[in-house]
Amino acid sequence: MSEEKKSASAEATADKPGWKELPEGDVLEAATAVDFHTGSWRSSRPVWNEKNCIQCLICWIACPDSSVYVKEGKMTGFDYDHCKGCGICDHECPTKPEKRAIVMEQEKK
Amino acid sequence: MQIVAKTGNEAMAEAMRQINPDVVAAYPITPATEVVMIFAQYVADGLVDTEYIPVESEHSAMSACVGASAAGGRVMTGTSSQGLALMYEILPIASALRLPIIMAEVNRALSGPINIHCDHSDTMAARDFGWIQIFSENAQEAYDNMLQAVRIAENTKVNLPAMVTTDGFIISHCMENIKILEDQEVKDFIGEKKVPVSVLDTDHPVTIGALDLQDYYFEHKRQIVDAMGKVAPVILEVAEEFAKKTGRKYGLIEEYKLADAEFAIVALGSTCGTAKVVIDELRAKGIKAGMLKIRVFRPFPAEIIAEKLSPISAIAVMDRSDSYNTQGGPVFTEIRSALYDKGKKPKIVNYIYGLGGRDIMQEDLLSVFNDLKNVGNQPQINYLGVRE
Repeated sequence: MSEEKKSASAEATADKPGWKELPEGDVLEAATAVDFHTGSWRSSRPVWNEKNCIQCLICWIACPDSSVYVKEGKMTGFDYDHCKGCGICDHECPTKPEKRAIVMEQEKK
Repeated sequence: MQIVAKTGNEAMAEAMRQINPDVVAAYPITPATEVVMIFAQYVADGLVDTEYIPVESEHSAMSACVGASAAGGRVMTGTSSQGLALMYEILPIASALRLPIIMAEVNRALSGPINIHCDHSDTMAARDFGWIQIFSENAQEAYDNMLQAVRIAENTKVNLPAMVTTDGFIISHCMENIKILEDQEVKDFIGEKKVPVSVLDTDHPVTIGALDLQDYYFEHKRQIVDAMGKVAPVILEVAEEFAKKTGRKYGLIEEYKLADAEFAIVALGSTCGTAKVVIDELRAKGIKAGMLKIRVFRPFPAEIIAEKLSPISAIAVMDRSDSYNTQGGPVFTEIRSALYDKGKKPKIVNYIYGLGGRDIMQEDLLSVFNDLKNVGNQPQINYLGVRE
């Protein structure tokens, strides 16, 4: 026979639901990744230079984290809460070396 | 009801045809190949409505099963030995996400050394992954267990995956007369799958299988134990309904001349058939021999096993795999643990036997019963039929 025993570590999460209340099977509401700010993992960030941007939207297609903002068909900047700084947008951006629309900059400590 | 000649694999494939699952994802492996090969032919011939996913490995097969089951489908697969081992990474995900996937598992020795014949090492290594495990003695039981497993796994109190096992070649490739139900009877018996949530239900979007760290993982694992605790009564309910339809009775265990036995063996799978013949011969000579057959190994029916074994004077537990803990096989250690709190404990010894498909003959089991008469004068763990 078994029963639940309290532990000091359990006290720290006492505000969270217990196993009897939780929905079974690790089922949560949709789009929980929005609340998880993976942007904090970033070591370098893409910086957008609007005047050099040709609005091809290749960065938006290539971004694996859906972190390129687009409004009314135009690129408007980056979602730094979720951009992990992979640099794919910079790599794929077709603008010329002397007129880059996206450049990667080191995150400051 | 019809009587047909089927091998164990054919019987399992026939059950799958009648169950008509939404998705089957599988990769062939000896000796389970035929189960999914025959089923693939049913798909090709349009006899089932199943989406058959031919995958590149068993890891992918189980992954595809998880996805399809999370989408709400009734999902099945089949495998054996190394194939099951390649699924190990995904098996506890299936149970943690509470996906009632059904697997036809043909027991075969794990490599190495490489071997394709029967023992229980593959299934026993998967015993702690939150899967229900049901063993079959013959092709008839394999067929019957497959049908019942759907009902057990999909019961809303349970929602856990289940594997139904046969013994490689001994059951999988031997032909027997079996009784099968009409297609409509199976359809009525298994019913429609109830789908609590589905990743394909875009009106009610959900996240299934999110990262689950220090603050929630433990609670989700505790839920699996709780669900496992509810499996036994569901198995008995389903068995009762099945018996009404077919006349064939099933429990968590089967007792064979056990009630008044002085000497008993405990076994799983095809060995139980051989043991019944040996017990009949011993009974004819006035020796009170009996057997406790374990049908359901997960959840482990400890209470009823302890109750039935406690009054018997000497017991041999037959293990067709070793745990390599040097304390005996997995069945032996669990039975010893189950008996610990009983006031009256039988003398109990372990026989590891039949590894890599080594035959277990009537004479071998007879020698086990002979040993039991002098129990106490032999080692606790015995390797039956190994050359010194």
